[in-house]
Amino acid sequence: MAPTLLVVGLFLIGGIYSIAATPNNATASNARSALIEEGKNIFLRGCSSCHGLNAEGGKVAPSLIGVGAASVDFQVATGRMPMGDMSVQAMRKKPVYNAQEIAALAAYVASLAPGPAIPTAEQLDYERDGNIAEGGELFRTNCAMCHNAAAQGGALTAGKYAPTLMGVEPVHIYEAMITGPQAMPVFGDRAITPEEKLSIIKWVKSVESEGNFAGASLGKVGPVTEGLVAWVVGIGSLIAIAVWLATKAR
Amino acid sequence: MSNQLEPLADPGLPHHVHRKADTDPAAEKRAERQVSILFLLSTAGTLLFIYSFIWIPTDLFVFVPLLGNINAHNLGIGAGLGFALFFIGAGAVHWAKTLMPDEEVIAQRHQMRSSDEDRASFVETVKAEAGKVQLGRRSMIKRSLGLALGLVGLSPIILLRDLGPLPEQRLLKTTWDKGVRIVTDPGNRPMKPEDLEVGAIAHVLPQIDDPEHRKLSDIAKDAAILIRVRPAELKLSEERMSWTHEGIIAFSKICSHMGCPVALYEQQTKHLLCPCHQSTFDVPTGAKVIFGPAARPLPQLAITVDSEGYLVAAAPFDEPVGPSFWERNI
Repeated sequence: MAPTLLVVGLFLIGGIYSIAATPNNATASNARSALIEEGKNIFLRGCSSCHGLNAEGGKVAPSLIGVGAASVDFQVATGRMPMGDMSVQAMRKKPVYNAQEIAALAAYVASLAPGPAIPTAEQLDYERDGNIAEGGELFRTNCAMCHNAAAQGGALTAGKYAPTLMGVEPVHIYEAMITGPQAMPVFGDRAITPEEKLSIIKWVKSVESEGNFAGASLGKVGPVTEGLVAWVVGIGSLIAIAVWLATKAR
Repeated sequence: MSNQLEPLADPGLPHHVHRKADTDPAAEKRAERQVSILFLLSTAGTLLFIYSFIWIPTDLFVFVPLLGNINAHNLGIGAGLGFALFFIGAGAVHWAKTLMPDEEVIAQRHQMRSSDEDRASFVETVKAEAGKVQLGRRSMIKRSLGLALGLVGLSPIILLRDLGPLPEQRLLKTTWDKGVRIVTDPGNRPMKPEDLEVGAIAHVLPQIDDPEHRKLSDIAKDAAILIRVRPAELKLSEERMSWTHEGIIAFSKICSHMGCPVALYEQQTKHLLCPCHQSTFDVPTGAKVIFGPAARPLPQLAITVDSEGYLVAAAPFDEPVGPSFWERNI
């Protein structure tokens, strides 16, 4: 008797669940395929001339199969893509697409092959999970040589450069680390753990909001501007004072 | 002889021009006021300095054009003291230039050499005094003084000992050895090949027992980088190829030019760039120098995986890392 009751009960629960759940799933899945469809349309209009009709890449642009949604979000939401001019480096500019279109493009590219996903707000809670001191140490070892010790950016070879990190959204810093856009190498989640990434972001944000403790920061680029100011302003005013000292009063 | 020029006549001294303050009492009063104002500005600077030091909180930031968001406490201290000192000087200079006696004095040049009588009497005095202190008779004092002075003179040479001790093998050897695990820097986590995606770079150190107390002098030569490329992209000799693992190639991070950390990696061009003097190394050809002052490729570290699948060094570096030195023979 008891096993029969159990079986009946299980069937009942399972049946109710499937009736309750199926429509929701179907809606979500429909919404998703609609988003992918929309993304594909945007892709065909805006991206396929360089990246190929099936995102397989071309002479001037790499394949996007497997680059993941994070890559699309980084490149398009920071305005780097579409590129506009074929110079050595895609520059940060005003994004061409809005958030909805970017989400659609990301969904389409992510549907081609698995790749890094866009980190969620929960994953990006750097205020909670980051550690500024650890972030500074990680930044100095892994990032400072290109992006400057104060994250102000720096020059690379042949006209390329590492951009400043001031004013960059935490999500884009995170995506840059996991996808390695353009000249930047990939810093995967096992080489630099997600928590360490949040520490780096927290440190960058602290540099961004930190005031100058002693005098003008002069762009925080170090000895180049400091030397320029010392030579031009410092020695210049010494010369002016010397001239004033030596002229006879009238 | 008509084209011969007459020598120029001695023009004499220029006429002394009196200052306005010497002749006009109103100008004199004005100059006096100006000097006082400069000194009062200095006083205001000192008051600003005292006020900032005592009453401006150390964590107050204010926005100042050109300087940006700046710490008000430090700005007040620095600017106050700067004004205080500058305006004392400016007042003194202005005072001297406008009000202090304005006399022109002619100082004739003399020979530097003393007269013969003065010189002779000097020698005489020295000889007489030397006789009085009886240096010739008291030979013990003379010798011990000589010893003391001589030893003091030698003491700077003793300080040169601090240039040592000699490095012995330390320039030739690093901590890397066969089977030493590769750990992340910072973090000290051992790594597996799957931790690195294609296009990734990792900054690594050899695993040691006490990573909390890693010596800076060890990091300075042990620091290395792992880079993952597609295996087919590597253009290496068969031996060097066997030093890589599934497209992961390891190099010393210490530049062969001046020892800076070579860590600007461009994953598209696969160039490693040294931030100090722009030496550029080509990763697929074994860090061959393609630009800049470096004379040798970066030393490649042979790597493999151990029985647990962690990345380890397969052998120590086969050449000294870092810049050249006298005794380096490869």
